[in-house]
Amino acid sequence: MMRFAYQKPESVAQAAAVLEADPAAQIIAGGTNLVDLMKYDVTRPGTIIDITGLDLKTIAVDETGALQLGALATNAETAYHPEVQAGWPLLASAILAGASPQLRNAATNGGNILQRTRCYYFYDRAEPCNKRRPGSGCGALEGVNRMHAILGESPDCIAVHPSDMAVALAALDAEVSVEGPSGKRRIAFADFHRLPGDRPEADNTMERGEIVTGISVPANPFGPHQTYLKLRDRLSYAFALVSVAAAMRIEEGSIAQLRVALGGVAHKPWRRKEVEAQFVGRPANRDTFTAFAAALLEGATGHGQNDFKLELAPRAIVRALEQACAGTPQDQACKVVL
Amino acid sequence: MEQSATGSAIAQHAIALTINGQARQLRVNPWTTLLDLLRENLALTGTKKGCDHGQCGACTVLVDGKRINSCLTLAVMKDGAEVTTIEGLAEGEALHPMQEAFIEHDAFQCGYCTPGQICSAVGLVNEGHAQARHEIRELMSGNICRCGAYTNIVDAVEAVLGQNAGATP
Repeated sequence: MMRFAYQKPESVAQAAAVLEADPAAQIIAGGTNLVDLMKYDVTRPGTIIDITGLDLKTIAVDETGALQLGALATNAETAYHPEVQAGWPLLASAILAGASPQLRNAATNGGNILQRTRCYYFYDRAEPCNKRRPGSGCGALEGVNRMHAILGESPDCIAVHPSDMAVALAALDAEVSVEGPSGKRRIAFADFHRLPGDRPEADNTMERGEIVTGISVPANPFGPHQTYLKLRDRLSYAFALVSVAAAMRIEEGSIAQLRVALGGVAHKPWRRKEVEAQFVGRPANRDTFTAFAAALLEGATGHGQNDFKLELAPRAIVRALEQACAGTPQDQACKVVL
Repeated sequence: MEQSATGSAIAQHAIALTINGQARQLRVNPWTTLLDLLRENLALTGTKKGCDHGQCGACTVLVDGKRINSCLTLAVMKDGAEVTTIEGLAEGEALHPMQEAFIEHDAFQCGYCTPGQICSAVGLVNEGHAQARHEIRELMSGNICRCGAYTNIVDAVEAVLGQNAGATP
């Protein structure tokens, strides 16, 4: 690892001030992604700002019934919290689908949504990567791209966002609270991450100096009709090839409300509210789910090694919607297809 | 004093750790991982360096009772923490029940991943989220065993979970 200095501020404002003043400074909390990237020399902070002393560890349901997650609550604390398991089982399930118990014990909620892509070219400093070194090109476009995007990509970047938690948060209409030099603001989850366009180095829409302080997830009416399906090369501890966060409300056999977000297919969790709206009132059955999958994946393109996702993704969507419809429990430890 | 990538001088930091029950006052560089501190500075080489990237679990230790990858943990960030390594599990000559179970069930071949497996399994038992074999398998998935002793590792963990269940009236 390159040498770096260490600071431990005592307030969000202090941390934001250091971050704004020093372009080579970076925030660290759980460290499970940043320390890894520093070891690979992919990122070289001059100073790391340890925010683990800040009071951002809440997990609570507020007076509106919304779940308030502190940025520094760990993934494990969040996923196993009784309120989260009872009211937001999709979120708990998605978190437990990711990483390993050791990593979830260290990784924080803020860090989870800010983690960087696992694109091989991003990690390999001998290869071109517009996200790591803007203007150097995209090695994955014509290269090893089994894990890569089929939706929303650009000629400059076909990387995918690796988080499972973020896919659930997208489906559940979460909001991210950030604080920085220009004060506090809340960002709708759909606007938090961005598509690569011609600026793939920017994963999200935060401004320099801003820090994630919390995530708010509204109450939902989906009951047991929410599920997280993750398909990957091995049964646990691997990133998604395709994942689906699906939730629905059913009235007399018809879809009354529908939410679907996809992981492993784009630079951000893939969700299209206008497509969901088109399917309200349709019967909750396989024909409808198949038509929905085709509509949600409209425009998807493969890049060679990831062409299989064009077939895998619609099947995963149909499967997840059938599970959500049936209210099938979604224990990430159980690998049996029910 | 060393310099950062941007040329500024970098100070060492004083931290206090309780390691296997013993209070230690240490001075560390910001970039020293907990794993390197244990192995290189404190001669606690029971904790192993496998991949050094959080992918294999060989470096698993318990920090404040929770299992984590010590290779992805900067020591400077753990000021005040209690660390338990494989060296700290036995009580004198009496092995920890998980160590006994690993021997009883022949849960290793080369042994390189074993300290991490055992610390991880102790963490798993403390967490209380695994009962059935498939749950043990899922919640031990952060520890890779290249010899492939997985079946016997699950046997060992299951046996300890069974002993604990038996102890509860």
